[in-house]
Amino acid sequence: MPQLLLEFFSEEIPARMQKRAEEDLAKALGEKLKAAGLDAKAIKTFSSPRRIGAVIDDLPSKAADVNEERKGPRVGSPEQALQGFLKGAGLTSIDQAQIVEDKKGAFYVARIERAGRETSAIVQEIVPEIVRAFPWPKSMRSGSSDLTWVRPLHNICCVFDGKAVKIAVEGVGSEAVTWGHRFHAPEAMPVTSASDHASKLRGAKVLIEREERKTIILEQARKLCAARGLELVDDIGLLEEVAGLVEWPVVLLGDMDPAFLDLPGEVIRLSMRTHQKYFAVRDPKTGKLAPHFVTVANVEAKDGGKAIAAGNARVLSARLNDARFFWDTDRKTALDTPERREKLKKIVFHQKLGSVWDKVERVKTLAVELCAVTGADVEQVKRAAELCKMDLVTETVGEFPELQGQVGRQLYALEKGANASIAAAIEDHYRPLGPNDRVPDDKVAVTLALADKLDTLVGFWAIDEKPTGSSDPYALRRAALGVVRLILESGLRLPLFRNPVLLIRTVQTQTLAARRRGDEAIRNIINLMLKMDASEREIGAALLDLSGPAPEGESQRRDETWDEIFASNDSSVLLLRALLGFLADRLKVQLRDQGKRHDLVDAVFALGDDDLVRIVARVEALDTFLKTEDGANLLAGYKRAANILAAEEKKGKWSAEEAKGQVDAKLLAEPAEKALHEALEKALPAARAAVEREEFAAAMKALAGLRAPVDGFFDKVLVNAPEAEIRRNRLLLLSRFREALSAVADFSKIEG
Amino acid sequence: MAPHKAPRCFQDVILTLQNYWAEQGCAILQPYDEQVGAGTLHPATTLRSLGPKPWRAAYVQPSRRPKDGRYGENPNRLQHYYQFQVILKPNPPNLQELYLNSLARIGIDPLLHDIRFVEDDWENPTVGAWGLGWEVWCDGMEVSQYTYFQQVGGLDVRPVSGELTYGLERLAMYVFGVDRVYDLPFNDPDSEYPVTYGDIFLENEKQQSRYNFELSDPEMVLRWFGDAEATAARLLKESNVLPAFDYTLKASHLFNLLDARGVVSPTERQSFIARVRDLAKGCASAWAEGQS
Repeated sequence: MPQLLLEFFSEEIPARMQKRAEEDLAKALGEKLKAAGLDAKAIKTFSSPRRIGAVIDDLPSKAADVNEERKGPRVGSPEQALQGFLKGAGLTSIDQAQIVEDKKGAFYVARIERAGRETSAIVQEIVPEIVRAFPWPKSMRSGSSDLTWVRPLHNICCVFDGKAVKIAVEGVGSEAVTWGHRFHAPEAMPVTSASDHASKLRGAKVLIEREERKTIILEQARKLCAARGLELVDDIGLLEEVAGLVEWPVVLLGDMDPAFLDLPGEVIRLSMRTHQKYFAVRDPKTGKLAPHFVTVANVEAKDGGKAIAAGNARVLSARLNDARFFWDTDRKTALDTPERREKLKKIVFHQKLGSVWDKVERVKTLAVELCAVTGADVEQVKRAAELCKMDLVTETVGEFPELQGQVGRQLYALEKGANASIAAAIEDHYRPLGPNDRVPDDKVAVTLALADKLDTLVGFWAIDEKPTGSSDPYALRRAALGVVRLILESGLRLPLFRNPVLLIRTVQTQTLAARRRGDEAIRNIINLMLKMDASEREIGAALLDLSGPAPEGESQRRDETWDEIFASNDSSVLLLRALLGFLADRLKVQLRDQGKRHDLVDAVFALGDDDLVRIVARVEALDTFLKTEDGANLLAGYKRAANILAAEEKKGKWSAEEAKGQVDAKLLAEPAEKALHEALEKALPAARAAVEREEFAAAMKALAGLRAPVDGFFDKVLVNAPEAEIRRNRLLLLSRFREALSAVADFSKIEG
Repeated sequence: MAPHKAPRCFQDVILTLQNYWAEQGCAILQPYDEQVGAGTLHPATTLRSLGPKPWRAAYVQPSRRPKDGRYGENPNRLQHYYQFQVILKPNPPNLQELYLNSLARIGIDPLLHDIRFVEDDWENPTVGAWGLGWEVWCDGMEVSQYTYFQQVGGLDVRPVSGELTYGLERLAMYVFGVDRVYDLPFNDPDSEYPVTYGDIFLENEKQQSRYNFELSDPEMVLRWFGDAEATAARLLKESNVLPAFDYTLKASHLFNLLDARGVVSPTERQSFIARVRDLAKGCASAWAEGQS
């Protein structure tokens, strides 16, 4: 079958956009062809800095003929309806329509036969549409033209079945030609087919396949390194980018002044990568950076690349000289200096949330409180908190913001008696930076990372700067996911809801955000919680005490206190509830991404638990349980019981109030209902006790014992007994059953 | 075309570029007599890029960036340096080719060096301008900024102008293989009285850095800023656009001086930039109105 070749030849397309553009082109082309009745089985695409294009090897030479029947109005319909039908079907007279009889009477039917259009005509129509609507991330106009494209578009080469097809779009050239390498082969070359196009370009020093360019760069780079006893530092992102910057990759190994090797490795690597797009090179024996770099040129230079390598080396030296100046300035002093503290006080974290130093102070107190949960050393956490933002005012971070944390760690590590945990915390307290970033493993780092993120979240919630839709300028979703991952992956038993530390912090931050509320807000909390007058410190202490181990008989009173607090409309409480909802959403997303059924997640969340570790344990136990036969049957039994109860409630014959009553054992007549009653008497306390011990699998197992009695009950017993007392008693049995299952999850949220 | 003599010194680079762009039909202008941070701010670019009338010009513009001062101690950074600016409206379709020929003219052989167009979307928030284009790299060194203007002063640019900015010191350092800007030969090194870039500018860098970072009087500069801003606004009301633009440029430079003194907090920064941008937008739209 005939072949279609399409090439958009333009000025240099940004490297980061090329791959996506290939996908967008394939998609648009496929859709448009399909809509025109042409089926493209496989669309191959290509791109290089100056071109993007597509090849379809087996495109029919014309679209399929259209053969369609269109049903019209009833015979004898008003003139207006007939005219509308004729127009729509492209007929001139009603005589051209046929009359067809069916059960309902006689109708007009138009038989439309249209020969398929020539593919080249279709292409001429759809390519301009594709060009005009192409989804470049940013596009521009050039000269006096109205056309928008990523950069000026110079030619659209379109060849179908060996013949040139002219594309007319806002005056852009459309010749069946292409151009080779900008400097090696600047002349236009006629093109007759896709293979002709690719091979002529290869001869003209352009490789149109991005993957081929990547392979060549990698192979040449590794070979060059190996020849010098060196090793390339792989960098997939950089490889992708560099492959989009060259049409004819020529890899060169350059030399760097070894004196620069006393700079931190990351500084060198970043200078190379972000500013120069060089690959770093290391010594395989020591694993350390070697005084060389790999650069990818776009030209086979007359001197074999000597001038290019030397030029690049000079540019790198200038860059590293800058970096060295910064690094040397920074390391003249210890990390913590009065000057740096002063500077941090002047940097605004957020107008309403104070300076970065204010944040440091808040993070410190919060982190200290969290030590009880994380088990980190309090003194180390305090010190790490004071130091963690210090590097933001170093010269090196000013130049390389990506190195925040790392520079602090390095500077701290130079100090005498530096502690490994503190060092790790300084670097890692920003982590995890996303779903794929690692979670710190050192306790001090975990504590600080958690405190930093919780402070950010509480702060931005307090000033009402929550993420909306796609707008999340302060990366709060990332912070929330970070909190979730830190808690789960470190197995922290941190109640998020009944959490005095967070509540105190919320009050404080709100107070900071709106000072006028100050004392009043605090007093509200005092009155609410302890119903007595006390200073903030005392409240804090009292609140913290609430979360400690409960003395005998105290736990219920505590639960009630918390219930009262969280049922209140105090603005701090409302705010914290909203924030916890946001964290819960992140956890749901996380669990769904791990393939957990969303309905199970909802079923567990509906219980209102605020301990993420426990929530996940429940979801996992529930998932396992429902996969067993007992679990599936029990769920079916639950649905049946719940339906009956709901139906009775709807009829007004049953209410939640009545459901609280006790089953009267004397009224149980049928053996099946007696059996269910006995089973419930056993299972309910067993399940509750297991839940109390957080042995969710055991709780599920206790419930599994209900399966046979429940099935028996539904088989043998008529709930709607004529005697009101017996009916009531049976409804109570079902209510107990529903209640038993609710001890582990809200089964009403589970599908199936 | 007769072979051109390769430049040997800093001023050769300027002269070569001027001659080359004069050959392309550009009006060769002189620097604008206001302190500006970049050649783009010359009214020949900021204002003339607006409106339907064709326009081709090229000029050197001394540029001041107070914050970049390094007391003459950094081999590459200067608070005062030269840009060579070319503006072509509408941009000719072969502008890339014209640009590459200009590089060849100053001695950069594209088959010996690695010339690359690397994405760089240009933006100047203080004048509400943006465009798409590239940094042009020569062996990994950024030697020019190449932009297709899309908006200036918040207004669409139709037709589109092509703007080329050559960083003259960098380019010359590269061409002559000099690692320290002050070592650049300014005039012909074989002439009777050769001078270097440092002979002319080193002392200036030292003194101006001291002024920018230590001796300027922030309160007074702030007052000047207010005066310049008020004057620009008043003149705009009178449709006295070109003088209003001068005062806008003054305000912009005074803000840069304040910024260098480290007395502008990040939040204030945004508000200063917004104030200058409003003036620049006012000038741009008033100018554009007069053009169409």
